[in-house]
Amino acid sequence: MIDKFIATAEEALADVPDGATIMIGGFGNAGMPAQLIEALIAQGAKGLTVVNNNAGNADAGLAALIGRKRVKKILCSFPRQSDSWHFDKAFRAGEIELELVPQGTLAERIRAAGAGIGAFYTPTAFGTRLAEGKETRRIGDTDYVLEYPIHADYALIKADRADRWGNLAYRMTARNFGPIMAAAARITVAQVRETVPLGELDPEVVVTPGIFVQRIVRIAPLRKAA
Amino acid sequence: MKKLDRKQIAARLARDIPDGAYVNLGIGLPTLVADYLPKDREIVLHSENGVLGIGPRPAPGAEDEDLINAGKEPVTLLKGGAFFHHADSFGMIRGRHLDYCVLGAFQVSVKGDLANWHTGGADAIPAVGGAMDLAVGAKNVLVMMEHLTKEGQSKIVERCSYPLTAAHCVTRIYTDLAVIDVRAGDLHVVEIVGDLPFDELQRLTGVPLKHLATAA
Repeated sequence: MIDKFIATAEEALADVPDGATIMIGGFGNAGMPAQLIEALIAQGAKGLTVVNNNAGNADAGLAALIGRKRVKKILCSFPRQSDSWHFDKAFRAGEIELELVPQGTLAERIRAAGAGIGAFYTPTAFGTRLAEGKETRRIGDTDYVLEYPIHADYALIKADRADRWGNLAYRMTARNFGPIMAAAARITVAQVRETVPLGELDPEVVVTPGIFVQRIVRIAPLRKAA
Repeated sequence: MKKLDRKQIAARLARDIPDGAYVNLGIGLPTLVADYLPKDREIVLHSENGVLGIGPRPAPGAEDEDLINAGKEPVTLLKGGAFFHHADSFGMIRGRHLDYCVLGAFQVSVKGDLANWHTGGADAIPAVGGAMDLAVGAKNVLVMMEHLTKEGQSKIVERCSYPLTAAHCVTRIYTDLAVIDVRAGDLHVVEIVGDLPFDELQRLTGVPLKHLATAA
């Protein structure tokens, strides 16, 4: 029997070792697995490499993880924001390594990892400082930059509904990085608003099939009192 | 000298977006264009975070944190809208499916090189987002910006001094003083704001401009 439901976020992240590479889904608050990040902070793993579109906002979530000096390296497209003070401080102090990746290249490198692609050529960033030192190739009349996949030990993502096989359905723009990160990580932990019995998710609305998901934690409160 | 304000630049640009176009509006200033798109045209707005068919801002209290644009502002979805993941979203961009993107700029060169992501300052924390993907991917890259810096220097330059976003990518430039096409390494003035003489626009801009007599 397959049952990927885990009772708590803490339990789902108990085995994260120091030095792990962790993808964190979300774009803004949409799709951000806030409770999983809180559990990762409580769990204590350090020396982490984090993959996210941003580098944390304000004082909670990824920003708190960075503020507690638990992240040694971040791969993202847009670290600098009006409220990214924890990252800004760590970066200026030389405490965190930044690999700045154009957003589409970030997405495709994640996708490539999940799809078993060894590397790919993209036109993005050719001739810019973000392509310095990278292999390039002219194909037809276009110049391309060689980019490599980003694999991860864990992906922490947020979806709307899940069944015990790990099939996921998302809600609106909260989908963002979830499906590709789920495929790119060895262990994908999804926090979901609702868990449903097997067969209740219409197969036509499953965006991430359960093969990509290892652990599910329901975070939303119970609708009915026991 | 009459200058367009930012809303007027956005309104001028919006007039050129045709019915049926798929368009990405960059974060910040370009987002203003949405307010001026002609109501009688069906124009499908794309956002990097996985949505096509963005509608107007939601009414106060009707915001949904799961429905946002690339600027992380709450939006609505039009009938016919669709959601997709980030890799598909950028596949649309790089795969040349978008008809237009609208971007702000620090500088544009005579060859259509764009610099809009980094001031190059040693202390600046760089952030690029989707700008490089949009600049190489959209069929038409429209730039909206002030013609001159606060110090009065032209933002249209022979060579960008700021780090490049992409080379040879800009199609058309909309400024507070003019509309200028980039064609095969030449700048063609399509339209001049108010009664600014061409020679004066040429003097302010510094790099060679060609004068198209045809007003849009």
